[in-house]
Amino acid sequence: MSAVEIGTLESRLRASRDAGRKLLIPYITGGVDDQWLVTLEALAGAGADAIEVGIPFSDPMIDGATIQESSLRSLARGTTPEGVLADLSRVDVGVPIVVMTYYNLIYRAGHERIAGSMHASGVTGAIIPDLPLEEVDGWAAAAEPEDVATVLLVAPSTPEDRMAAICARSHGFVYAVGRMGVTGEQAVLADSARQVASRITAITDVPVCVGIGVSTPDQAAAVCETADGVVVGSALVRRLLEGCGPEGAAEFVGSLRAAIDAG
Amino acid sequence: MTTEFASKEITMGDPGPTGRFGTFGGRYVPESLVPACIELEEAFRDAWADPAFHAELDHILKSYGGRPTPVTECGRLSRELGVRLLLKREDLAHTGSHKLNNVIGQGLLARRMGKSKLIAETGAGQHGVASATAAALFGMECIVYMGEVDTQRQELNVFRMELLGATVVPVTSGSRTLKDAVNEAMRAWVATVDDTHYCLGSVMGPHPYPWMVRQFQSVIGHEARGQCRDLLDGGDPDLVVACAGGGSNAAGIFAGFADATASALVAVEAAGGAAVTTGIPGILHGMRSALIQDETGQILEAESISAGLDYPGIGPEHAHLADIGRARYEAVDDHEVMDAFQLLARTEGILPALESAHALAWVMRAARSGEIAAGSTVLINLSGRGDKDVAQVRDILKGRS
Repeated sequence: MSAVEIGTLESRLRASRDAGRKLLIPYITGGVDDQWLVTLEALAGAGADAIEVGIPFSDPMIDGATIQESSLRSLARGTTPEGVLADLSRVDVGVPIVVMTYYNLIYRAGHERIAGSMHASGVTGAIIPDLPLEEVDGWAAAAEPEDVATVLLVAPSTPEDRMAAICARSHGFVYAVGRMGVTGEQAVLADSARQVASRITAITDVPVCVGIGVSTPDQAAAVCETADGVVVGSALVRRLLEGCGPEGAAEFVGSLRAAIDAG
Repeated sequence: MTTEFASKEITMGDPGPTGRFGTFGGRYVPESLVPACIELEEAFRDAWADPAFHAELDHILKSYGGRPTPVTECGRLSRELGVRLLLKREDLAHTGSHKLNNVIGQGLLARRMGKSKLIAETGAGQHGVASATAAALFGMECIVYMGEVDTQRQELNVFRMELLGATVVPVTSGSRTLKDAVNEAMRAWVATVDDTHYCLGSVMGPHPYPWMVRQFQSVIGHEARGQCRDLLDGGDPDLVVACAGGGSNAAGIFAGFADATASALVAVEAAGGAAVTTGIPGILHGMRSALIQDETGQILEAESISAGLDYPGIGPEHAHLADIGRARYEAVDDHEVMDAFQLLARTEGILPALESAHALAWVMRAARSGEIAAGSTVLINLSGRGDKDVAQVRDILKGRS
């Protein structure tokens, strides 16, 4: 398959995976503080293979307390979807940017318009957790021509036949939901995190990254035993909310990198 | 006055596997919840086609819930307004509102699905009290999510739920009202879906909830149509009026009239939360519907005297009924609601819930302006009783004088 057919995000992630590298995708809420673009660069420098950038929504249904807080903080600073994309267009951090947001913001802006803005700002993928398989066609039709890959989620509760249909429709990577719950740090990695990754990698060649409930370097390494990569959100965002700054963020992501590389 | 619609299309019918009412509805939930929604839809379709399920539901609603609720003809208030005013008395149902119809249905369904726990969101507390009641009746655990602002406005309902054995969790995120309680209940459901049924309180949320809750509430409309025909020599009311936040009592009474009669249907929203009147289409809480939002799609906080109508959206079937013109949507402000509350108390000896007083407030306005022709027959769904609101009304009246 050519890069044009599978899109920039997936061809980049496949290339890294096929070279034997585990994929590390940290999450940061766009506009959370005035240094967030500096943080992006720091994350890329610390070994991220792609970065997930949240566009904050007033009612983040699948997010726990930490990302709710970062979303509210960002919205209070006047963050808008077009503002986040305009900010992103001013930087080139050298790794793919994937936005994560809720469908109402996409719908309100208009599929074509915001897909065009994403492309113009260098975004190569989108995760829209409240837009499941049955509802995704309208958005995906607008996103694909703009080289914005639509990343779909598979949950521990997803049955096999449905999982196959989702994998066939997911581009960039498949987001494997690590546990039945909302985003948030967990002291112990759920058994479901490794199980769901095994189930998905068995049926698809698209890279499979596990997110939700992966909080520490050890957990990230454990997940990567069965997954192609890992998404870490709340554990990083909490540190940013506590004021760790770009250096602290880079240090934490560097520790995740070291752990999954050692594993 | 009875006129059957000639149209072959069913206005309030089955929204099909995608849960669409026209362009509204759908199932916009995270993947973790999609299998649970599909399982619920299958279980509901199966139960709704099962005479034994209906027999048990009807028996409980009658012997425990106090159904059928009467239709009361208002003598003094009719004369004052110059219309023939009828009230469908959901305030007389057990727990004091129409909410019981839905929770008995969902409780039976949860038991049939082998779920041992219920979670629910509540605004005014009516649905929370009803859910706690159903949980007690069926021997289930119950957790109710309630905005912190609402736990303060409706302190006594919190205590009622606790007396009934439920746990009330105050929600401190966002605007701390009904929409945030829904967010939190959905979040909790993701983590507990194996053994827990989410007992959603209105005709909103992801498919099958808008349809399922309407079906459970349609008992109001089916009873009322028959009761009106008895009172009106086989005729139907000219207007059927109900308040709408999420819109379950309105959907329930409309279901008896939308297809079977030519009665005009009017839903009355709170001016501070008027999704159909002032909102635009969007996606929230699993559904595409009319929502109050800003120009970028952030959901705005609704503001109303009534916690039960403090919701920035409305059920998707209402957005559809407005779209096709089968129902009208009007808004009244808090002052009109207070006047209606007091007028019904003084002329008929009935304290309505502040939510229900919205419906009467519009009828008062429209009857006085001549928008409702003199002598028209108007059926209002009196969705709940006002005991829960007495302390708040006292404080407001003190503030006014």
